[in-house]
Amino acid sequence: MPHWLQLMLESLPTLLWAALIFTVPLTLLSFALGLVAGLATALIRLFGPKPLVALVRFYVWIFRGTPLLVQLFLIFYGLPSVGILLDAFPAALIGFTLNIGAYTSEIIRAVIGSVPKGQWEASYSIGMTWSQAMRRTILPQAGRVAVPPLSNTFISLVKDTSLAAAITVPEMFQAAQRIVATTYEPLILYVEAAALYLALSSVLSALQARLEVRLNRYGGFLEANA
Amino acid sequence: MIGLTNIEKRFGDNLVLKGVTVSLDEGSVTALVGPSGGGKSTLLRCINLLEIPTSGTLRIGEETLAFHPGGKVPAKDIQRIRLQTGMVFQNFQLFPHRTAIENVMEGLVTVLKWPEPKARERAMALLEKVGMVHKADAWPATLSGGQQQRVAIARALAPSPRVLLCDEPTSALDPELAQEVVDVLGQLAREGTTMVMATHDLRLASKIAQEVVFLDAGSIVEKGPASVVFDNPERERTKRFIASLRQEEAQKDAGS
Repeated sequence: MPHWLQLMLESLPTLLWAALIFTVPLTLLSFALGLVAGLATALIRLFGPKPLVALVRFYVWIFRGTPLLVQLFLIFYGLPSVGILLDAFPAALIGFTLNIGAYTSEIIRAVIGSVPKGQWEASYSIGMTWSQAMRRTILPQAGRVAVPPLSNTFISLVKDTSLAAAITVPEMFQAAQRIVATTYEPLILYVEAAALYLALSSVLSALQARLEVRLNRYGGFLEANA
Repeated sequence: MIGLTNIEKRFGDNLVLKGVTVSLDEGSVTALVGPSGGGKSTLLRCINLLEIPTSGTLRIGEETLAFHPGGKVPAKDIQRIRLQTGMVFQNFQLFPHRTAIENVMEGLVTVLKWPEPKARERAMALLEKVGMVHKADAWPATLSGGQQQRVAIARALAPSPRVLLCDEPTSALDPELAQEVVDVLGQLAREGTTMVMATHDLRLASKIAQEVVFLDAGSIVEKGPASVVFDNPERERTKRFIASLRQEEAQKDAGS
């Protein structure tokens, strides 16, 4: 067996284990929480009172306008100076969640706006309240349109979790770095790490495709509504 | 009875309805006719409060609601009125993510909290009435315009409203498909459904409306029995409008 293959196989369990207990949970948790934050932010921007709208615009402005790595450093290394001390994993989780929330809020705001106004009126005309119309009519249709852009964000996030290595989270990329430190084989280990990220993204792309087929079964917005 | 008293509607500086007073008997069919921008749609939408009148009084059955400039209407009151009305839209506006029967059941299940089997049974009966049982499980996108509008009529009727409001129900359809919708509405009229419809379609109006209200520039120009307003209108303005509609229709027939 060639040396490089042997090294890859030997380090594979370590990398997979790091992915399983850090990369994957960090991705799933921060995406789920980020979606909740994004939905809340989008709803406030679309329907909320003015002062709150200004507040959430400020939030989106900050988190879209500054580098994710800098945000993570501020939360993990910066906040202790004002007495807020977080472990590495929660710090990363908070950072990714806030970042995802800012990006997805823009997506959600756009797709809610893309549902024809007549759908609100049709819902109201059969007696629905605002929240019933939102839940039963608007969000299901907006959700379908949101799948491709949200999947983009999700796939970016999987890869961005490697930044958590910089604030000491022992996720997959950091596991690779550690092995490099003892084997002095950066090319082999980093190619292996890249391949594993690629595999994760590919699984997500495949899931996205399946979800789109499922959600497209009704044929989308009616022509007459456009 | 449905009564509108002195209904005014203002969009910014634009006074779209200038004190409209009209009353409609239970079981009657009233056509709102008049030029585009004359206020037909707005008046219709003021009856189910998709537009809140700036001032005036609205009465549907036992429910009465008065409006004042700058006054806020409680959501509960709006809801009460909406449950007494059903609406059919020009562009159908079926829920594209629900099948035909789910569209009809939606108000019963979500708003009136009926158990699903009971809602399904009523929805089936309504689809039967509009001749759409065979498409009960179809997605709206697979239906023709006329079929979509018939499902939309069933959806509007599901919660048993006191009045069915139709906003240009045939104008998005070509004549053949319009006919099937006219037939369904005519059937409902014969069964005593109270209806108000804004329409350009003389065929639709003269076939099923007993009363005609001619609305221009936000005011009622003329109202009366359909036969009188269509065949022997009093006002010059009405005469000209009816003549132009007839001409338009003749041209359409010649063209098709």
